[in-house]
Amino acid sequence: MAGSPEAGRPSDARESVLARIRESLADRPSAVAIPRDYELALPPGADVTALFVERVSDYRATVHRTMVAGLPAMIAAVLRARGATRLAVPARVPDAWLSAADVERVGDDPPLSYAALDALEGVITGCAVAVAETGTIVLDAGPDQGRRVLSLLPDLHVCVVTASQVVGTVPEALARLQPTRPQTWISGPSATSDIELQRVEGVHGPRTLDVILVDDPQLLMRRRSGS
Amino acid sequence: MTGPAPRPPHEPTFAGTPPFPVAARAALADAQLRANLGRATATIRAKRAAVVAERADWEALRLAGAAIKDEVLRDLPSLLEELEQAVTAAGGTVHWARDAAEANAIVADVALSHGAREVVKVKSMATQEIELNEALRQVGIDVWETDLAEMIVQLGHDLPSHILVPAIHRNRTEIRDIFLDEMGRVGRPAPDGLTDEPGDLAEAARLHLREKFLRARVAVSGANFAVAQTGTVVVVESEGNGRMCLTLPDVLITVMGIEKLVPTWRDLEVFLQSLPRSATAERMNPYTSMWTGVTPGDGPQAFHLILLDNGRTDVLSDTVGRQALRCIRCSACLNVCPVYERTGGRAYGSVYPGPIGAILTPQLRGIAKHPVDKQTASLPFASSLCGACVDVCPVRIDIPEVLVHLRGQVVRQSEATHRLPTAEAVVMRAAAWTLQTPRRLGLAERAAGLGGGIFGRKGMLRRLPGPGPVAGWFAKRDLKVPARESFRAWWRRTGGGEAD
Repeated sequence: MAGSPEAGRPSDARESVLARIRESLADRPSAVAIPRDYELALPPGADVTALFVERVSDYRATVHRTMVAGLPAMIAAVLRARGATRLAVPARVPDAWLSAADVERVGDDPPLSYAALDALEGVITGCAVAVAETGTIVLDAGPDQGRRVLSLLPDLHVCVVTASQVVGTVPEALARLQPTRPQTWISGPSATSDIELQRVEGVHGPRTLDVILVDDPQLLMRRRSGS
Repeated sequence: MTGPAPRPPHEPTFAGTPPFPVAARAALADAQLRANLGRATATIRAKRAAVVAERADWEALRLAGAAIKDEVLRDLPSLLEELEQAVTAAGGTVHWARDAAEANAIVADVALSHGAREVVKVKSMATQEIELNEALRQVGIDVWETDLAEMIVQLGHDLPSHILVPAIHRNRTEIRDIFLDEMGRVGRPAPDGLTDEPGDLAEAARLHLREKFLRARVAVSGANFAVAQTGTVVVVESEGNGRMCLTLPDVLITVMGIEKLVPTWRDLEVFLQSLPRSATAERMNPYTSMWTGVTPGDGPQAFHLILLDNGRTDVLSDTVGRQALRCIRCSACLNVCPVYERTGGRAYGSVYPGPIGAILTPQLRGIAKHPVDKQTASLPFASSLCGACVDVCPVRIDIPEVLVHLRGQVVRQSEATHRLPTAEAVVMRAAAWTLQTPRRLGLAERAAGLGGGIFGRKGMLRRLPGPGPVAGWFAKRDLKVPARESFRAWWRRTGGGEAD
């Protein structure tokens, strides 16, 4: 491949590109105010958790609901139904979560090799925030989620979401997140529409996504009263 | 492993594509292509309309998206410097590239310096545009496309035909045959007895690519967005191949057009809503990855960001045409375009096909600065100016406005370089003369009625006899035979219909 006449002086490229941009903007386009008249939140009184459940289910992920007391039994039931016996478990997943499950817990300290992770049947994580309108869960490598690869290589991802983590909209979710943390926004299991634009679930990421929503009756009451 | 290691196939290029009318005629004769495209675009159009209708504030999202992108273009120098600072502070390395050759050389240098002989790649328009795969191949680095559609194109020794779904021109049976014939040449073969069910084909891709993901040391990606304020880079995808490439290797190289910025973290709230609905007609795509520089103990421990010009500053210099740089590569304009639906993407002779390609490609190739080749000059005319593309664009690019503007540039450049004026120049000058007085218009109408009667067949004018610029005009167009009597003549003769 023929190099450009200026190639080989990479430090000049920066100044040259910036100079070209300034020259191209010689007409000094005027500033415009950015209109933000789109919805920032769901209407007051909206049932945020119900919408989250509906939207996650639309992606053919499976949503289970439980009160906090029933969480260990729910997790055990989900893992049993999926036939998962060896599970990657991030450092700060509460002991209680797996207290009723008959599985081998595989920690990530020292870090698991990719081959070891690939051989595991699943992973259980918490999340940073979840979005009702789009049915999205967001992982930010927090201590109950671990590094990004943990929720990538195993074929089953069980994600525990507490009701207080569910916000209505994408703007609300971004406001809660810290930009500099590595993030993975997950909306259903991995999918492709590359063949005749027909959606197929299950390509490279986990093919099964179980979302367990831990309900909080008090939060529900507060949201219903719109406060 | 015995024998030489398998290598990816040579990548064909768009070089040598004939001008659009010629390429389109060939595409139109391909019944299979038209059937595949017609089915696929009809599906996605209906789905997009449904998810967009869910949002009463859709227009507000479009207005905000357009305004944010205009702000990016206006403040581009300072925002790029801000991004560079933030990425560097977070442990990344920022490079600048004036053109494709510089960008390719940087990618090759980084990959070779880490001892890589192969890289895995996330689907990216910028790297397609600079023909990175072939450049790396020439320095002995193999590139594995990991997006399903890109892999279908690569394995099929083929060219992409859609921004989002590059293998949209292939149906499931063709894809199965490509997998059966080609996968074994470059890695794990397709399973025996592979069917053409999309689910089985996706499973074959999963198995084939997993070994490549797990051993890759270096990945190359594009970027959907980069936040100047925080240095955060965003990649939006569906299959998880992006997550694999962005998470597993030691080294990540991201090639990003300089216009891909958003100023602030908050600005993502607009595009993370408008892009998935416009692109795959989903409320949200399955996976979005965001990273800022390097995170110790999580993901690649070396991150290189290449800021690419490659003609973008030429686009920026055109006050009408620069709005094309708002584009977020959703491809909604392709899916609604009656021309694209019938000709497919490859007729456009560029990695950017369809309406957005018709305005972006000529500008990236420098039409604002110098005369362009015939193929490039034909692109602004690859449209009926119906305007469907404007209505669906999530950043409100007025594609017909830019098309007309570029047509003007083509005609003026052609006048300056040819002794004979082009068909358009002749027609436009004649039109200007004719429309100056009612008498001239009346004469022209009578002549047209007579001419139509002589040359028209079955109510259509397909060509005019003889050579000359006006006959050339009909090479691209059919016209209804003009009425034998004009409306104005009819009005005079009948007293406005009283006597008819």
